[in-house]
Amino acid sequence: MTSRLHKSYWLRTSIIFILLILFLVPFYLIVNNSFRTTELFVRSPFTLTNNLDLKNYADAFVKMRFLSGFQNSLIITIISVSILLLTASMSAHYMVRNPGRVSNTIFAVMVASMIVPFQAVMIPLAKIYGSLNMYNHTWTIIFFYTGFGQAFAAFIFHGFIKGIPLELEEAALIDGCGKLKNFFRIVLPNLKPVMVTVLILDVLWIWNDYLLPSMVLLSPNLRTLPLSTYGFFNTYSVDYAPLMAGLVLTILPVILLYLACQKQIIEGVVQGAIK
Amino acid sequence: MQEKSLLRRSGIFLAFNGVTLFAFTAVLIIPFLYGLFLTFTDWNAISDTFSFVGFQNYAKVFSDKEFLRQFLITFKYVIISALLCNLLAFTLAYFLTSGIRAQNFLRGGFFIPNLIGGIILGYIWKFIFANVLTQVGKAFNIAWLQTSFLTNPDRAIWAMIIVTVWQYAGYLMMIYIAGFVGIPRDVQEAADIDGAHGLRKLWRVTIPMMIPSFNICMFITMSRGFMAYDLNLSLTNGGPYGSTRLAAMHVYQKAFQSKLYGIGQSEAIVLFVVVAILSVTQLLINKKREVEV
Repeated sequence: MTSRLHKSYWLRTSIIFILLILFLVPFYLIVNNSFRTTELFVRSPFTLTNNLDLKNYADAFVKMRFLSGFQNSLIITIISVSILLLTASMSAHYMVRNPGRVSNTIFAVMVASMIVPFQAVMIPLAKIYGSLNMYNHTWTIIFFYTGFGQAFAAFIFHGFIKGIPLELEEAALIDGCGKLKNFFRIVLPNLKPVMVTVLILDVLWIWNDYLLPSMVLLSPNLRTLPLSTYGFFNTYSVDYAPLMAGLVLTILPVILLYLACQKQIIEGVVQGAIK
Repeated sequence: MQEKSLLRRSGIFLAFNGVTLFAFTAVLIIPFLYGLFLTFTDWNAISDTFSFVGFQNYAKVFSDKEFLRQFLITFKYVIISALLCNLLAFTLAYFLTSGIRAQNFLRGGFFIPNLIGGIILGYIWKFIFANVLTQVGKAFNIAWLQTSFLTNPDRAIWAMIIVTVWQYAGYLMMIYIAGFVGIPRDVQEAADIDGAHGLRKLWRVTIPMMIPSFNICMFITMSRGFMAYDLNLSLTNGGPYGSTRLAAMHVYQKAFQSKLYGIGQSEAIVLFVVVAILSVTQLLINKKREVEV
């Protein structure tokens, strides 16, 4: 009996390990060959590199204007997510603590709006904001993210705030604390766990988003990392090795973030899906 | 006094909801309603004026053979990738909650593709389909691997499916793991005492308890499938010969390349209706289950 259980344990373990290797082979191939030449990659992609030559990286770094893309992505992500966290949590708090026709209607419209795919508003969006000459500005895309992220963030905050006991706030309000002060002093510190969830989901969404920035950020100086990668592949499609180095450079920030806070990221993503 | 308090209350309302409502309305509500309005006009990019055409755009959409063909391709892609993705994710979750050593490390590994944007994933796999798998095919003399998936109109859609499964399996696995962990201990113990083991226990006890997770995961994969664009753009760009041009890409090209905004927008609304039906169905199933339980 024990040996049979033992056998099945090792069988399961080996199947899972083989599957994981298959899952991660694409990354091995890209990282490995980013140190080699295109010629070697085409001939023998699996052979482990015998050097850690950074020439392809230097090439990619300059040609895809990595620094500029990274900086733009960082600015857009940080500002958009900060605005989203603050405004959505305030709005959700108001709606939970002031139930009534107005609050309920706003909340219902927001929840319903979550099923609208981006494609359904993309064309009118281009027409309206294109004719207002608002395209090609970093602030425009930050404004767009604030609008698009609002419903989901408010929804998650709403669910969480409902569970916070009202007594906590009542005490502060009786003590003569204003509503805004009450929010910042009492409510906000209690939102930390749900803030992390929304933060992670929104950072991953905005950092990786392609379609919206590709419509709004037309000038090369404003490009975010996914756009730089796309531009790089469209301009230099013959020499594979630097392209792979470019991919590794683009992936690296996310992987580093993942290694630093894997637990929170996984929890956040699962929470976001289940709610 | 009454007036002042009304003013004050409006002030507080705006302080808490002002930015939210302004951004939400300006970015989502107005464009959506305006977009709906546009589908009843003959607006294009060239002229500034437009007139009402009733349901003509929708009639054109449903008589456009190309659109219908691509919608069918999208359905095929969505259904196959959703099924495979869920099957793989469920299997992974089942194994990774059965007490394998280093299971957190393993779970973390399967999740990695999900962190990366579709554009990047598409480029990674472009190399693999075009250069690596063809090499493997030659080395082991496997005929069907020797030519690239991406140049064959019958197989390119499978390249999309493979990468989609790879991208989402780890993500769904995490949701299934949460489901497995949430199955009450006493239910499992009762099954053990009653002598249900292995596959029988899986089929009779575990799977019925996992239906809410199935429901969420099917919804996620299907709605994302209908909206898929990034991966489609970088991996196949709709080719070869339009064999992988999914609905979202069709809408984009109709509007921004053919400059037929009215028709493009009508197609987008059709896409919206499909996703909406999916969401409402999911919601109803959830409601029904809650009543039963």
